[in-house]
Amino acid sequence: MADYLSNTANQQEVMLKELGFKSLEDLYSNLPQDLILQRPLNLELGQSEFKVLDTLKELASKNKVYKTILRGAGVEHHYIPSVVKQLSNREEFVSAYTPYQSELSQGILQSIFEYQSSMCEITGMDVCNASVYDGATAAAEAIQMVIEKNKRKILVPKNIHPQVVHVMKTYTQWLNIEIVDVECKEGIVDIDDLKSKLNDQCAALFIQHPNYFGCLEDVQDLAQLTHSSGAKLVQYTNPMTLGYLKSPRANGVDVAIGEAQPLGISMSYGGPFLGFMSASADLVRRLPGRIAGQTVDENGKRAFALTLQAREQHIRREKASSSICSNQALMALTASMYLASVGPSGLKEVAEYSMRKAHYFANELVKLGFKLKYNSPFFHEFVTVGPIENSVIERTLDEINVLSGLGLSSHETLWCCTETTKKEDIDRVISRLKEVLS
Amino acid sequence: MEKYYAESHEWVMALDENTVVVGISDYAQHALGDIVFLSNAEVGDTVTFGERFGDVESVKAVSEILSPVDGKVVEVNKDLEDTPELLNAKPLETWIIKVEGKIDPSKLMTEEDYLALDKDH
Amino acid sequence: MSQLIFERSVPFRRAVRFDACDVPEVGLDEKYVRQSKARLPEVSEVDIVRHYMELSRYSFGVDNGFYPLGSCTMKYNPKLNEFTASLEGFTSIHPDQSLSTVSGTLELMDNLSISLSEITGMDAFTLQPAAGAHGEFTGLLLIRAYHNARNDNKRTKVIVPDSSHGTNPASASMAGYTVVSVPSNEMGGVDVEALKAVLNDEIAALMLTNPNTLGLFDPNICEISKLVHDIGGLLYYDGANLNAIMGTARPGDMGFDVVHLNLHKTFSTPHGGGGPGSGPVGVKSCLVPYLPHGTLIKETYGYRYIDERDTLSIGRMRSYYGNFLVNVRAYTYILSLGSDGLKAASQNAVLNANYMMNALKDTFPVAYPQTCMHEFVVSLADLKKETGISAKDICKALLDYQMHPPTMYFPLIVHEALMIEPTETESKESMDYFIQVLKDLKQLAYDDPQKILNAPYTTPVKRVDDVQAARNPILKFQHK
Repeated sequence: MADYLSNTANQQEVMLKELGFKSLEDLYSNLPQDLILQRPLNLELGQSEFKVLDTLKELASKNKVYKTILRGAGVEHHYIPSVVKQLSNREEFVSAYTPYQSELSQGILQSIFEYQSSMCEITGMDVCNASVYDGATAAAEAIQMVIEKNKRKILVPKNIHPQVVHVMKTYTQWLNIEIVDVECKEGIVDIDDLKSKLNDQCAALFIQHPNYFGCLEDVQDLAQLTHSSGAKLVQYTNPMTLGYLKSPRANGVDVAIGEAQPLGISMSYGGPFLGFMSASADLVRRLPGRIAGQTVDENGKRAFALTLQAREQHIRREKASSSICSNQALMALTASMYLASVGPSGLKEVAEYSMRKAHYFANELVKLGFKLKYNSPFFHEFVTVGPIENSVIERTLDEINVLSGLGLSSHETLWCCTETTKKEDIDRVISRLKEVLS
Repeated sequence: MEKYYAESHEWVMALDENTVVVGISDYAQHALGDIVFLSNAEVGDTVTFGERFGDVESVKAVSEILSPVDGKVVEVNKDLEDTPELLNAKPLETWIIKVEGKIDPSKLMTEEDYLALDKDH
Repeated sequence: MSQLIFERSVPFRRAVRFDACDVPEVGLDEKYVRQSKARLPEVSEVDIVRHYMELSRYSFGVDNGFYPLGSCTMKYNPKLNEFTASLEGFTSIHPDQSLSTVSGTLELMDNLSISLSEITGMDAFTLQPAAGAHGEFTGLLLIRAYHNARNDNKRTKVIVPDSSHGTNPASASMAGYTVVSVPSNEMGGVDVEALKAVLNDEIAALMLTNPNTLGLFDPNICEISKLVHDIGGLLYYDGANLNAIMGTARPGDMGFDVVHLNLHKTFSTPHGGGGPGSGPVGVKSCLVPYLPHGTLIKETYGYRYIDERDTLSIGRMRSYYGNFLVNVRAYTYILSLGSDGLKAASQNAVLNANYMMNALKDTFPVAYPQTCMHEFVVSLADLKKETGISAKDICKALLDYQMHPPTMYFPLIVHEALMIEPTETESKESMDYFIQVLKDLKQLAYDDPQKILNAPYTTPVKRVDDVQAARNPILKFQHK
């Protein structure tokens, strides 16, 4: 029904005639005729906007939207300011292509430049690219950034988001790169095991901080240890936490990457998200993906352009070492708007409040008889070992419209709090669990 | 001293019996346009005739630099780290690497032959 | 240009405020804690709005004007799609929710996969890849897994035509393959004899865009497909140009074994200034066992995702299940157009391209003048020789007419190339205007070339110095 065509049947006819064709089908007379599909596609006929909207609303209504969400594991429910939602939908941004024509795209280019600047501020790093698909692909790309001709090992502790490790392995499976596991103790990197595995064949240690279990690593110690053996330190991080936690650069990290979904991007069943990649200045030429830079126009006026493009896939062709062409520019714009709207104080509050709620919740769970699986300090996520089975917790909390923590095994649960978690919701959850226990 | 050229548009020139310097031709710098970055070999690297030892980048292209000689890199031109545009300005006076090695004229062209080459095909 | 948002910053100004925290403080060891706040902009809400409104004025989307950017399929992005993708039932669900709580999403993803399979003639789809290049990489890993599972390990090479998208060879090398390039023939298609010469049992696959980057449908496709299959190789279809043939011809029927689509091209989802896109990959049944983790499959008892249990799978390509909201938009589009509308969209994309090619052929030589598909390539090599005005100069001059210029300098095999793709959503009037402007600019190139060299005149900045940007990279705001 809808086709979004502008030309009327009459105009189409005039154009066809001008070209010497009788029908639209004639346009395909060059094709081998046995390839021409002799039947309509087996899809429904087009429908009116009214009907399509009805169908989509129906589908959306079959999904359960929880009032309280205590599940994170890399995807978090944070408050998204209205100003961010509203402005990031501007058609000029949404419907633009990649800003290759600089003069016509100064707005988009400047927005990317500002995004890079804000991300560098919170990570402390010198350079940041214009985004990649998500945190997991950022991790996989980071591996290829740090790998050297004679250093083909990457050390990866067992407390990293499993999907992130998995994507790294998929990406590097044919590239002669070895992913070496490092053991953990109390949820954080086991220094002794790390020491036994660090050697001059290691290109980097890859850590997550705060890690998958929510625990905090001693990043500075890890940086010293890694650097002393000639390897680099890559930190996968949640940029929201950096409002409160020490920046990767201040801890000596060489490459800071991660998933920036918590910065104003909805959970959206896993995408589109925002992978960010930042690094120290000496690695700028190895940073994949697009980068916006500041320069001048012919009159010396400040201007922005995509730059260092010779690193990019469409130019390098078979010499490329990344799988990025398009990126997540609109999500980067959104994150940048989010950071401007919360500002430095707001970002600190979001991080601090998330942490405080998680600690309050953890304490209450301990009072009920849950144990914290790890003794290490944690931030806004933590793992409990419960007196109640996960499936029971999930079902029980579902009844009161709460999405429980993520089950890691039958009695282990990974919980997440954010600034949106209300004390009264936590108390409600606790009293419901108490009922189950009694 | 006389320059010899490779088909891949690098030149090589002997400094003394055991040392040569390597650069790129005027044609190469012109074809690339404004050069913005050079990724160079390091001192101590071994270079092999016909194999890549570095990349030269312009705004929208990147090209490998292949070695016109076998040998060991004894010095790299540090000026090019900050001012790669020297390769545009004075391609024939700007060397990229200094190599301990000997020119093999049988694999290379003389300047005269190189200039006479039809390079667009 | 505008002030940077950092330059609007005033200490202690802020936009969003949060309620006071209702739980006790936590004493975290100092060693973990940031010592000073990040220097993010400190601005009010009205500052933010004015700032981004200004940036939006200096941006140009398909909603601003004609965007005949070849190879990119900048068709109009329907507003309905934006609306459906913003429904709370889609935006506010966590990807780790149990499947029983997201049945609407599963149904949508399944229906979309089935629709894409029908449109392309494939047997199954994964919606996981986030973009075209990501889809290519996925497809090549599938091919590699397929050969490996058959212990056919000597296949180390992938063939790519010289007219291909740069992402093709890049993706092949990411999958650990060596790239073999084959030349185009005088008709712009694959040179079959040259192809034969490189075909042997070391070839894993041939990657092809059909119609190709010159906008031409390769008439030898069936022969090519047979040749590659005969030596045991697979055929990869780069779906960047699917917008030419929906409802008329299908890659699956041409013999392709793997297909990636760009939903942000053919299926009208917006480009977002560079992304997010979505690059689903379709396969013939022989490749189904290798599909990546996070691919939805339907079994007798219901839906599940491919995961560690599926030992033949290539593994995980990204987190979760793809750019879901982009997929919602594409599904909305497919429902709106239906079988009749999709066919008409492609037919009109082809009609518009041929109309423009015909109208321009006497102005600029068309690289390959037979009937084109959804796009065509003209060469400005003569103009440059005669006037010094290059394809880039013409593009810069076009900026003053509230139109986005065509793709320039691609494909690499045409000198001073302009690649023009009007798409089906453009009207005859907007195409006529573009054609007239190009003709006028050509005349101007002869009459007063300096006027073109000085263009653009109306943009917020004059020609931008790319060289300085690359030589002395300034990649973030420098705080005073």
